[in-house]
Amino acid sequence: MIEAIFFYLFSAILVLSALMVITAKNPVHAVLFLILAFFNAAALFVMLGAEFIAMTLVIVYVGAVAVLFLFVVMMLDINFAALRKGMKKHLPVGGAVGLLLLGELLWIYKSWTPSMFAEQSAASPMPEGVTNTHALGQVLYTQYLYPFETAGLILLVAMIGAITLTLRRRGDVRRQNVSDQVARNPKDVIKVVKVASGAGVEL
Amino acid sequence: MTAFDFHDMIVALPEVKLAAMSLALLLLAVVSKKENYRLVAWLAVAVLAVTGALVACGTHGTAFGDMFVSDAFSTYMKLVVVTGSAASLIMATRYLEHEKASRIEYPVLILFATLGMMLMISANSLISLYMGLELQSLPLYVLAAIRRDSVRSTEAGLKYFVLGALSSGLFLYGASLVYGFTGSVDFTQMAGILQGHASTLPGIVTGMVLVLAALAFKISAVPFHMWAPDVYEGAPTPVTAFFAIAPKVAAIALLTRVLTGPFWGMMQEWQQVIVVISMASMLLGGVAAVAQTNIKRLLAYSSIGHMGYALVGLAAASAAGVQAVIVYMTIYAVMSAGAFAVVLMMKKDGRMVEDISDLAGLGKAQPLLAFAMSVLMFSMAGIPPLAGFFGKLFVFQAAVAEGLYTLALVGVLTSVVAAFYYIRIVKVMYFDEPKKAGFDATEDRGLKFVLALSTFAVMFFIVMPAPVLASAHAAALALIP
Repeated sequence: MIEAIFFYLFSAILVLSALMVITAKNPVHAVLFLILAFFNAAALFVMLGAEFIAMTLVIVYVGAVAVLFLFVVMMLDINFAALRKGMKKHLPVGGAVGLLLLGELLWIYKSWTPSMFAEQSAASPMPEGVTNTHALGQVLYTQYLYPFETAGLILLVAMIGAITLTLRRRGDVRRQNVSDQVARNPKDVIKVVKVASGAGVEL
Repeated sequence: MTAFDFHDMIVALPEVKLAAMSLALLLLAVVSKKENYRLVAWLAVAVLAVTGALVACGTHGTAFGDMFVSDAFSTYMKLVVVTGSAASLIMATRYLEHEKASRIEYPVLILFATLGMMLMISANSLISLYMGLELQSLPLYVLAAIRRDSVRSTEAGLKYFVLGALSSGLFLYGASLVYGFTGSVDFTQMAGILQGHASTLPGIVTGMVLVLAALAFKISAVPFHMWAPDVYEGAPTPVTAFFAIAPKVAAIALLTRVLTGPFWGMMQEWQQVIVVISMASMLLGGVAAVAQTNIKRLLAYSSIGHMGYALVGLAAASAAGVQAVIVYMTIYAVMSAGAFAVVLMMKKDGRMVEDISDLAGLGKAQPLLAFAMSVLMFSMAGIPPLAGFFGKLFVFQAAVAEGLYTLALVGVLTSVVAAFYYIRIVKVMYFDEPKKAGFDATEDRGLKFVLALSTFAVMFFIVMPAPVLASAHAAALALIP
């Protein structure tokens, strides 16, 4: 009973905030609604017993992606009204395709039956008596080592790509050179001079 | 739970070595004081040579809990891909230096893309397939935009990235549907499950079609071809050459493995899709290329058409068909390398040109270059006794043997249309009055080497087709016994 109430509560907020994301006039509000939607989706995952996915959703999507969106929206001067201008013109075609896809999905949903092989062939059946974070940890670095390492390479390539496309070396700025600073020896640059009273200092 | 197994490392040795050497090369490129592009580029070629040798004498088997498979098919396709990547690197070096776009990241990104392609070819589960696909795509987006000061290059990169992300989304959606209905991501298990009754469920069919759509995007088959002409035109020419050779071969290999592996039981369903895609690609490749004036755009449409012909073999869904696809892709890669070598030599007064009309008068000014280009164009048109003819012959034979008469007929008719624009290039070179004849003589020995090799291979394939045909046959038997 309580479960059902919370499920409908979270789902309703999720759907409403998702709607607000695409209808809000102010893009900053849209991003904030997106964050709200992520939180509610995370709550639904918790209710399903998938607390690891719930946490990653909050950490990755709310913590990183949504904040990044917020930065982009606030720092770049994007005219969202202009972006939305073609809406009326493209709505009939786009809407028709959307409806078609929705119909197809409903048709698939109608025919859905869990595979009779699902039980025995599930890639990683949930072991008894451990939390699902623990269970993921058990397979991630062993059974799924290969895709895990590949994912690492993909992230490396993304980093190389970002640097390749954006880093510019400018000659006209003075940069802090840490190794030069660390390598400075007091002996070379500091001179301690005893100053006799009444006399000047010759440097 | 499977623990770390040393045997896995031996089966995947070429990939592991390539990854390690790419990382080492990246490190070298970063820590060396001066940007030494040429050293990094040639080291990358050496890395690819070592990888090719390791692939050639590699071990067959599965690794990493059946997620990775190495068989005769993967060995053959990887050799084509590695050779293609190496050729495009050799072709790129001088050009990039001349255009002041020689960045040390370029060879490193090519190496990572090649690694991704090898993982794609060896994928034996939906997860490893997707990882390979992404590892291949990401460097390609960056490479397309590598001349970040040029509007056309950045536009090409952005367009490719957005549409690539869309196709990734389609793939993931399809894969999750397929997983939901079969309960497995492993190709071998999926094949067993889909062999029986399950294949008629609409959900699986939808999932399979979505996966097919995503892979058709990667090979730029119609109706997922829109990005290809713009990206080919906008990207720097060596990058375009790379796009046209290695990733296409890898994506066709992946498509072949997916359709003959897990989805083999749904042959009825996917055959229709492949037939339609193939016909549309051949038609568009033939018709749309006629009006092009830019040689890179022309080659983009030509490659769309070639993908259509390759898919004819796949539509046959037989061992002979798969063999024909393999042979076709090999010949296609060789021809494209040669054609792009010519495009890379199109330089007038120190400036690169890429209009077809710039080729006018080449027959008199540089007879050797014009001859090589004519051979390549005649081969692409499928005129005997050049290699391109045999590629087409094998795919049509395979289609006719399986009763796909309409498809073969459309193929033959469109290749007649396509012959028009290939031969038009030959006509422009020999018979058109030039505004200013000839190109600057190229000093680039790498470019000449690739062009000579590809022209010879195309001309003399008829003399010694046996090695290619035999290995392609063995490779096809690894998929369809």
